[in-house]
Amino acid sequence: MCGIVGLFLKDKSLEPRLGALLSEMLVSLTDRGPDSAGIAIYDSGAAGHGKITIQSSTPKADFEGLEADLGKKIGAKVSSIVKSTHAVLDVPADKLEEARAAIAELRPNVRLMGVGEAIEIYKEVGLPADVVKRFDLARMGGSHGIGHTRMATESAVTTLGAHPFSTGPDQCLVHNGSLSNHNNLRRELIRDGMRFETENDTEVAAAYLSSKIAHGQNLGEALQSSLEDLDGFFTFVVGTKNGFGVVRDPIACKPAVMAETDQYVAFGSEYRALANLPGIEEARVWEPEPSTVYFWEH
Amino acid sequence: MNISNVATAPSREASFARRVFDLGENSLRELNQALHDLAPGSNETAWEVLNPKGSHSVAVGVDQPVSIDVRGSVGYYCGGMNAGGAITVHGSAGPGVGENMMSGRIVVKGDASQYAGATGRGGLLVIEGNASSRCGISMKGIDIVVRGNIGHMSAFMAQSGNLVVLGDAGDALGDSIYEAGLFVRGKVKSLGADCIKKEMRPEHIALLQDLLDRAGIRDARPQEFTRYGSARTLYNFNIDNADAY
Repeated sequence: MCGIVGLFLKDKSLEPRLGALLSEMLVSLTDRGPDSAGIAIYDSGAAGHGKITIQSSTPKADFEGLEADLGKKIGAKVSSIVKSTHAVLDVPADKLEEARAAIAELRPNVRLMGVGEAIEIYKEVGLPADVVKRFDLARMGGSHGIGHTRMATESAVTTLGAHPFSTGPDQCLVHNGSLSNHNNLRRELIRDGMRFETENDTEVAAAYLSSKIAHGQNLGEALQSSLEDLDGFFTFVVGTKNGFGVVRDPIACKPAVMAETDQYVAFGSEYRALANLPGIEEARVWEPEPSTVYFWEH
Repeated sequence: MNISNVATAPSREASFARRVFDLGENSLRELNQALHDLAPGSNETAWEVLNPKGSHSVAVGVDQPVSIDVRGSVGYYCGGMNAGGAITVHGSAGPGVGENMMSGRIVVKGDASQYAGATGRGGLLVIEGNASSRCGISMKGIDIVVRGNIGHMSAFMAQSGNLVVLGDAGDALGDSIYEAGLFVRGKVKSLGADCIKKEMRPEHIALLQDLLDRAGIRDARPQEFTRYGSARTLYNFNIDNADAY
C-alpha cells in the first residue's frame, strides 16, 4: 500500500505550521504503511547557504567534531543541527559538492539523505508517529513538504529503503506502487553517471527524474517523460526547491486525492489525510487524472 | 456503548427519534455494530453519522430498511454489501462505495473514487458528481446512475444491471462486457473489447426513464442517451485464436 502526503503552501502565514500540518497528515495514514516513514521539508535559509542532511547508525561517533573537521577540509564555516540519527549541516552553497565529497571521506559510515539550498530529509524505520516525534518534525516550518509511510514490497525495510528519495540537489520523490522495469533502467542510469545507494525501485524513479532534469528538462517535462519510460504502478509526488508535482500511471489504481484553496495545494493517498486541514470544507477537492502531470511552483 | 441520541426521554416517541453517531466521539465499530444489531421491524429507522472525515467502511453490511445520512466525506467501502438501507453521503466517497450492494439505495452527493458499485448485485447507486475509474466493474445486477463523468475501464466485465452516465465516459468502456446495459449521454473516449453501440428501442427508453425517475433526475431525457452493450463475440472460445495462448 504505502501512504503519501504533500503540502505546498501559497500563504506565507501558514509556513511556521508546515511541519505540524504535514506530521498530522502523515500520522493519519499510518495503517497504509507501518514499516518506515519519512518527510522532506523545504525551507530556504539565508542566501548563499546550503544544507546537507546526513544519517548515521552511530550518530555520537560520526557527528562529534564533524563541523570542525569538515570546516577545515573545505575551508569554510560549517554549523550543524543534530536530531537523533540525522544531522543537517549548514555549508556555503557554492561548497555543497565539495562538502559532500569531503563527508564521504571523513565519515565513511554516514549516509547522505539530501543536499540542496532548501531541502532537509528525515526518515527512519518505525511508525509515522514515532518518526515524527524522534525528529521533532511538528515544530519545523517551511514552504512545502512531502511525507511517506511505507509498506515495503520491492526492497528491505531499512532506513535507506524508506522514502523520500533524493538523487539531485533539492529534489525528492515519494512513491506508492511498484515498478517492474527498474533493474534495466538502473543500469542505463548508472551508465549515464547516476549514483545509487539501494536496490529500491523508487530510487530508480527519483534518479530517472534527476537525470532528465540534469539534461535540461523542467519538472513537468521530466514527469511527462516518466509516463513513457517507467513501467509499473505509480503515484508519485515530487518536490524541487520551488515546486511540487504529482503524476499517476495510466491505470491509476494507487489512490490519490488533492485539495486546493487560496492558502495551499495538498495531496493525500486518502481524504483522511486532508480532513483536518484549515478550510478543507471550502477547498476544491478532486482526484488527479491518470497520465496527467500536475505541478505548482512558487 | 456511548450512543448520543437527540431525544433522551425513554418514551415511545423517543424510539422514533433520529439516532446520531458522532464519529469524533464514537468508534466506527460501535456505529456498525449498532446498525447490525437492529432487529427486523425496529422503529429506529433514521440514522445520522457526523464527522466521518474519510473513515473507511462507514455503514457496511446494513441489512435493515433504515435511512442513514452521513454528513461529510467517507473513505473506502462506504455502504458495502448494503441490503435494503438508504444511505446518503453528504460529501464525497472513497474507493469502492456500495461494493457488492445487494439491495436498497446509496446516494453520493459529491464525487466517488474508483470502483464505485463494484460487483453490486442489486439496488440503486446514485453519484451526483463524477465517478472515477472502474465504475461498475463486474456489476451483477446493480443499477448505477452518475450525473457527472466516469473514468477509464468502467463496467469492465459487467454482467447485469445498468450503468447510466449523464456526462462522458473514459477509455475502454465496457471491456469484456456480458449482459449489463450501458447508457451514456455524453462522449465515450473509447469502447473496450467486445463493447458496441446498440439501438435504443422503446423498452430501453422506458427502462432508462424509470432509472432516471428513481434517481431523481428530471433534467435529462432518455432519448439523449446512447446505449452500449456486448457484441457477444467473446462468449465462446474461438479456436482460430488458440495460437495466442
